[in-house]
Amino acid sequence: MNGYFGQFGGRFVPELLMPPLVELEHSSAKFLNRSDFKEELSELLTDYAGRATPLTFCPAFSAELGVKVFLKREDLLHTGAHKVNNTLGQALLAKKMSKKNLIAETGAGQHGVATAAAAARLGLSAKIFMGAVDVERQRANVDRMNLLGAEVVVVSNGTQTLKDAINETLRYWIAHQDDTLYCFGTAAGPHPFPELVAHFQSVIGLEARDQILKKTGTLPDYVVAAVGGGSNAIGIFRHFLNNQEVCLIGVEAAGTGEPGCYNSASINLGRPGVLHGQLSMLLQDEAGQVLPSHSISAGLDYPGVGPEHAHLAAIGRVRYEMAADADALNACCLLSRAEGIIPALESSHALAWVIKRAPEIQGRTVLICLSGRGDKDLDIIKNALTERGLKL
Amino acid sequence: MKIATLANIITSDKNNGRMTLIPFLPAAFPEANLFWSTLTELSENGAGIIEIGVPFSDPVADGPQVAAASEIALKNGGSLAYILAGLAEKRAKLECGLVLMGYVNPFIQYGWANARRKKKEVSLVEIIETSLDILAEKLARVAVQGLIVPDLPLEESEIWLKVLKKYGLTLIALVGPNTSFEKMKNYAEAGVGGYVYVVSVLGTTGERSELPLEVTRTLTRARGAFNLPLALGFGLNSPRQLDYLPANLKPEAVIFGSSLIRHLEQGHSVAAFMEPWRK
Repeated sequence: MNGYFGQFGGRFVPELLMPPLVELEHSSAKFLNRSDFKEELSELLTDYAGRATPLTFCPAFSAELGVKVFLKREDLLHTGAHKVNNTLGQALLAKKMSKKNLIAETGAGQHGVATAAAAARLGLSAKIFMGAVDVERQRANVDRMNLLGAEVVVVSNGTQTLKDAINETLRYWIAHQDDTLYCFGTAAGPHPFPELVAHFQSVIGLEARDQILKKTGTLPDYVVAAVGGGSNAIGIFRHFLNNQEVCLIGVEAAGTGEPGCYNSASINLGRPGVLHGQLSMLLQDEAGQVLPSHSISAGLDYPGVGPEHAHLAAIGRVRYEMAADADALNACCLLSRAEGIIPALESSHALAWVIKRAPEIQGRTVLICLSGRGDKDLDIIKNALTERGLKL
Repeated sequence: MKIATLANIITSDKNNGRMTLIPFLPAAFPEANLFWSTLTELSENGAGIIEIGVPFSDPVADGPQVAAASEIALKNGGSLAYILAGLAEKRAKLECGLVLMGYVNPFIQYGWANARRKKKEVSLVEIIETSLDILAEKLARVAVQGLIVPDLPLEESEIWLKVLKKYGLTLIALVGPNTSFEKMKNYAEAGVGGYVYVVSVLGTTGERSELPLEVTRTLTRARGAFNLPLALGFGLNSPRQLDYLPANLKPEAVIFGSSLIRHLEQGHSVAAFMEPWRK
């Protein structure tokens, strides 16, 4: 069916949003594979964003775990995370579609910053919707967006976090669809966003596959990535999906890990439902009301997940497991000291899985998507350590 | 209980030279008990059809007024279970037509657990269909006549049309300023019924001081595409907003939500709100 990954996906939006989504679908089909589009995007990714990103072997971390760990270094990209792969792609597409304005939701602010940067670079205006709670806890990113010339719109309804920011961006788009493109931040939402975002993020896996083959002569045993909405994970998984011998692991955020706690593990702890235009796995109560989510990592703090992940889980191609706040925090400290790389708390969930499973996968090669750098999380890391009676 | 069909209610009003009035009120708003007496008052003060809102945590098609009222409704326990229980007791006393307006997820989750128990190891589509079937059967029993589902475009509505039809319920189409004539035709041919919800503006629910001129074009297309009465909604707060419409484009019905909610929140009576519309 159109816009579905197996049984998941679709386009559950008001009729008033169908024309702009269909326009985006047609424009994607028209432009994405054209050589001039590919060349312009490639130039932006190379000269502006800093691709290709390196693949880094971690000698000390590997020795400590008894596992060969390679990191795909999306943390080294401009604006500090993989998000810019997608925003440059969508901003360029907006230009081709003769749209003047970009709108976007943001949770932690990473996608907002990446959208603001891409808009500035390509001469588009940017309006970023952000929950009031997130504005409060991610001040620095609000300042960055403003400095980059974007307008930050504070969303004060619902839980005042990412999911409500998405609602508000969709509402705004209904009224401004003529000259505005919604630059969706993750591989979720109504068709064609899950496919479009995965397309732009799949550059991660394309490079990583080539790099690890060159370094080791073979494909890795495991590819591991954190999953919130799931854009970095789908970006690295896509080029390994056909190699059944490569075990793919998506790591969801378990929150504090206590039974019944708020979490962001919709595949592990949710059931199918419809939110933000997609039928996917969803954290919800008995009556179908969406539950608030939680994770120490703001970028994973989302009650849904992209439909392609729900599908890959259903057919068993990707294993989705969980890591709790404390595990991610520990992993973050461990990698920082062992390798001199401060990972984002999102990526730290992927690292945490490897640390936990190390006894079972001794001697294996593991490719981890290090989706972002941890500088943005310093306050959260410091506070969380203090709460546990520890210091930086 | 014998209640006229939605189309008959509207046709009968038209034959009597008046527009059908369709107020929208979220379930359990403004309070769990007050909701039911407000419904009765609406019915007694000229409402031909009432749209009961099924509150949802993430109402993307709603502006601030309805979204805030939905939050209150949720806190007050507004849900499908609340609506069904209340209607079992009170439907017989309501002389108007009745439809539910709500988002996809609460509707498909209502019968989910039972649908899972009935059918193991089946596809997601089959679970959703069984779940909707459980709901529709109960809705029909309390004489709910139709559903309006603002995040369900035609492309996703196949099983909904099938299940609702089985129980004599109708799916009401929402079309707007950017819905083409062809798309409206597709809705009509797919079997939507009752009335056509014509959205006046490219936006969310909420009052506007005046309606955009494009309303006439939207109404013109809808007249040509559907063989159903037209109900104009989104942005209405005064009958005078419709004055400029030529006679052949005057809608058969009008829908108001935000203005009614604001009016009630300001402590005014239902009768005072309905009065100017009844003229």
